[in-house]
Amino acid sequence: MLLEILQELHPEIDYAAHTTLIDDRVIDSYDIIFLVGEIADKLDVEIPADELTPENFNSYAALNALVERLG
Amino acid sequence: MINILEYLENTVLKSPDKPAFIGEKSTLTFSQLHEKARAVGSGLHKLGIYNKPVAVFMEKSADMVAAFFGVVNGGCYYVPLDAEMPAYRIKQILETVNPPIVICDHSSEGLLAEWGLLNGALHFTQIAAHPIDDDALRSIRLKSIDTDPVYVVFTSGSTGVPKGVTACHRSVIDYIENLSTVLEINADTVFGNQSPLYLDACLKELIPTIKFGATTYFIPKSLFMFPVKLIECINENNVNTICWVASALGLVAGLGALDKATPHNLRTVAFGSEVFAVKHLNQWRKAVPHAQFIHLYGPTEATGMSLFHKIDRAYEENESIPIGRPFTNTGILLLDDDGNEPADGQPGEICIRGTCLCLGYYNDPERTTAAFVQNPRSPFADPMYKTGDLAYLGGDGNYYFVARKDHQIKHMGYRIELTEIEWVAARLPGVQMACAVFDNDVSRIILYCMVEEGTAKPTVQTGLKNELPRYMQPHTVIILPTLPQTPGGKIDRVKLLAMYKEERKS
Repeated sequence: MLLEILQELHPEIDYAAHTTLIDDRVIDSYDIIFLVGEIADKLDVEIPADELTPENFNSYAALNALVERLG
Repeated sequence: MINILEYLENTVLKSPDKPAFIGEKSTLTFSQLHEKARAVGSGLHKLGIYNKPVAVFMEKSADMVAAFFGVVNGGCYYVPLDAEMPAYRIKQILETVNPPIVICDHSSEGLLAEWGLLNGALHFTQIAAHPIDDDALRSIRLKSIDTDPVYVVFTSGSTGVPKGVTACHRSVIDYIENLSTVLEINADTVFGNQSPLYLDACLKELIPTIKFGATTYFIPKSLFMFPVKLIECINENNVNTICWVASALGLVAGLGALDKATPHNLRTVAFGSEVFAVKHLNQWRKAVPHAQFIHLYGPTEATGMSLFHKIDRAYEENESIPIGRPFTNTGILLLDDDGNEPADGQPGEICIRGTCLCLGYYNDPERTTAAFVQNPRSPFADPMYKTGDLAYLGGDGNYYFVARKDHQIKHMGYRIELTEIEWVAARLPGVQMACAVFDNDVSRIILYCMVEEGTAKPTVQTGLKNELPRYMQPHTVIILPTLPQTPGGKIDRVKLLAMYKEERKS
């Protein structure tokens, strides 16, 4: 489900391989609100503000780990 | 006062060594800024460029500000470009203004080369190293009048062609004098800049900084993704004044950052460019109760902001925050479709009069005369700008925004014509028809389209990414076999938006 949310935003990205989503500005400030909103709506996971860090959003794996930890 | 650079020339005498603009990579004091701006002006003079548009295509930095003022020093006017704009937009702008040179930097020269536009580009470090020719600058200044243009900034146009709003010294000075009084700017002000330098919004920081000898800190854009870090950054840099788009403030509050960190130095928080949710305003006021919150409203065509309201009480979530009263020396008229003033409490289109009006759209008399019109109620020449925004005058003497007359939206502080998104989408291969809607509740742009058989959604999405500026890109693309129509045969936007809201809830 998380992968589907990410793919909706950037269908051209291979999320399995990409580990520098923030550094390469694939995910930017326009996406963060959408992502946090969709993760809350569809996965029922609220991401607190202090978990909004570059490290947690740099790859699908990191974001997935965050969602699992908070879920 | 005739020329905006008089602000800088006065300030450099008083506080030459104070930091004026602080960026991620470099800082300029007032004397360094003054030097570089004179060098750039002298360089333009040497090249024989006078009274011409000069494009400035650089990354956001103190040097980019020096380039702006340098262009003005040379008796020219600047046209800011940014790598955030897609290639087609930059080419459209360059075709429209046809500048004799583009001042570039290491970040943009590669792009210009890629697009075959390097011809006529000049590196900032080169032109800023030009020997200063004060005699030439003095003679340029002697010829300067306050209706000379300062800049041309481009804004979304409904037919896909952006409009180059051209402001002059007089309109900028009038705006800044009145804005500074409202925001209570002084030499101790430290701005935390959020707005890009290619919009008029950045005047709020750039010009008061040189007027008062204040300081502007350019907040790295990436921090707006990570709001706790953002607050830490503004605290570390002693930022006490912010003029942000409402969505940036909303993001900080909405993501819960104010519970984790407090921007305790803030004394002035101005917000505008779009509707600010009362819930978020209340969170901000609770976090920094001593700060003055000010709602600003105004179109680019009136140089910046035209009305203001100082928040003086708590608002309930079902209340609207007023856009308030006009700045000193700004005239506001509400007119209905017949050109009459509506009764108090009834909506009319906001029309703006005064020195704050811009010169119109660059080389576009047709759209200029459609928007900048004669006040129908005046027996003498009395130009006014029709904003396309509907408002009413409340019983408390404040104006209240109601809605747009057309399909323009405000998203992340940017002014966007939904029809421009549709125009771009419909030009993509395989797209037959497109309709963009904006869901205000979640601040998302949704594009509905009909495509030819075999056209996949990712192709459309990728095409949009290449063709549209980042802030105009739809969050969601939905392909339908047919688009619903109104009885009159137009695409039914209202129905599409309702469909999206319904789907989102389910």
